[in-house]
Amino acid sequence: MKEPVHIGKSPSAKPDLQQLLHEVALGDQEAFAAVYDAVAGSVLGIARAVLRDHAQSEEVAQDVLVEVWRTAPRYRPDRGTAINWILTLAHRRAVDRVRSVEAAAARDTKAALLEHQPAYDEVTEQVETRLEQEQVRRCLRTLTELQRQSVTLAYYRGLTYREVAEALALPLGTVKTRLRDGLIRLRDCLGVTA
Amino acid sequence: MTTTDLHGLTGAYALHALHGDERAAFERHLAACDTCEQEVAEFTATTGRLALASTVRTRPVLREQVLRGITTVRQVPPGAVPLERVRRGVRRGRGLARWALAASVAAAAAFGGTAVWQYERAQDAQNQAAQAQRHAEDLAGVLASPDAKSRSARVAGGAGTLVVSASRDQAVFVASRMAAPPRGKVYQLWFADGGRMRSAGLMDPGRSSQAVLMQGAVDGASGVGVTVEPAGGSKQPTSPPVALLGVPA
Ligand SMILES: [Zn+2]
Repeated sequence: MKEPVHIGKSPSAKPDLQQLLHEVALGDQEAFAAVYDAVAGSVLGIARAVLRDHAQSEEVAQDVLVEVWRTAPRYRPDRGTAINWILTLAHRRAVDRVRSVEAAAARDTKAALLEHQPAYDEVTEQVETRLEQEQVRRCLRTLTELQRQSVTLAYYRGLTYREVAEALALPLGTVKTRLRDGLIRLRDCLGVTA
Repeated sequence: MTTTDLHGLTGAYALHALHGDERAAFERHLAACDTCEQEVAEFTATTGRLALASTVRTRPVLREQVLRGITTVRQVPPGAVPLERVRRGVRRGRGLARWALAASVAAAAAFGGTAVWQYERAQDAQNQAAQAQRHAEDLAGVLASPDAKSRSARVAGGAGTLVVSASRDQAVFVASRMAAPPRGKVYQLWFADGGRMRSAGLMDPGRSSQAVLMQGAVDGASGVGVTVEPAGGSKQPTSPPVALLGVPA
């Protein structure tokens, strides 16, 4: 594999994912390799955060990335950015996997569930990721305890909101509200616009 | 569930924390609710940041596996728009006969499920978008046509509705909750004239409910058939049809 050559722009300049995905949709395998390079670490990262098992998260990441290739013709820019399309798919698949794996076996105990915070266990030398982590951690701290627990149980553990309610011994309606309010706070703290 | 309840599910939805039925109910609501659509888009961008913060280093072998993997994976045809979007488009006045579309969509919806557009893969990649748009308009045109007539039958564990517009000489096949074709197979649609079967395109094997604009003119065909064919389709049916519907006169 050739290293990408950057002429006249900084090496950190991000490829235009949306444009690349458009080329992927036309069957361009080189464009797909560039998409892979841009997103694989995040796809694997989210799979690992949810599944916490190296082998399984690699399997899921591989499935997701091949799915990106397969369904690129269906990506619709008017529905969201390319990166969010891919990361949503990755999270969905990771959650599906953790649910199917844990469906038969008993779920972790409440205590174990609550212990789990975003792991970020991988030491990363990527400045970008470190900054992102710091910001996310800081913003998670702006949530109320119940909001933070609800959001992290759902996002990082793949619990349905009914399971979150059970784990936290809260009424369903309360959890629904906590999830939504928690995301609103996160959104505002992170300065997300869509 | 009331609409107010549904509005409140944006967070759970963006976190993939809804179960099957609730998810389906919310998605139906989402297709018609601009407020929720906007909020879900923002929440999805927010959870995207959580994912980015989880970024790790990948092993080179994963890259090799994926890049090798895709060389044997066929891409889906472009364009799949939930049918609800058509209704919204109509509501926003894109010039379709509102009541006619509503009527025929209601007929399709009576079988449940979320119908989607399906376009054939455009031959000319450059024209993909434009072609998809034309197909979408054609599909909507058939459903909205004042002379649209429909006929339904049980097909592969679900329901199939054939909608034909004589004035347009075009047909749409609306599938609802059909069983998935066997691995490596697709459902192929055919116009039957006399003893001859004329291919009218493939259905999306990944969806149990979809609306497909049938390729080619009805051109006096007496019926429409559905067969199971190898991926990519066949020139002529290679198996007996799983469904045959007469073209409504
Ligand atoms: Zn709503």
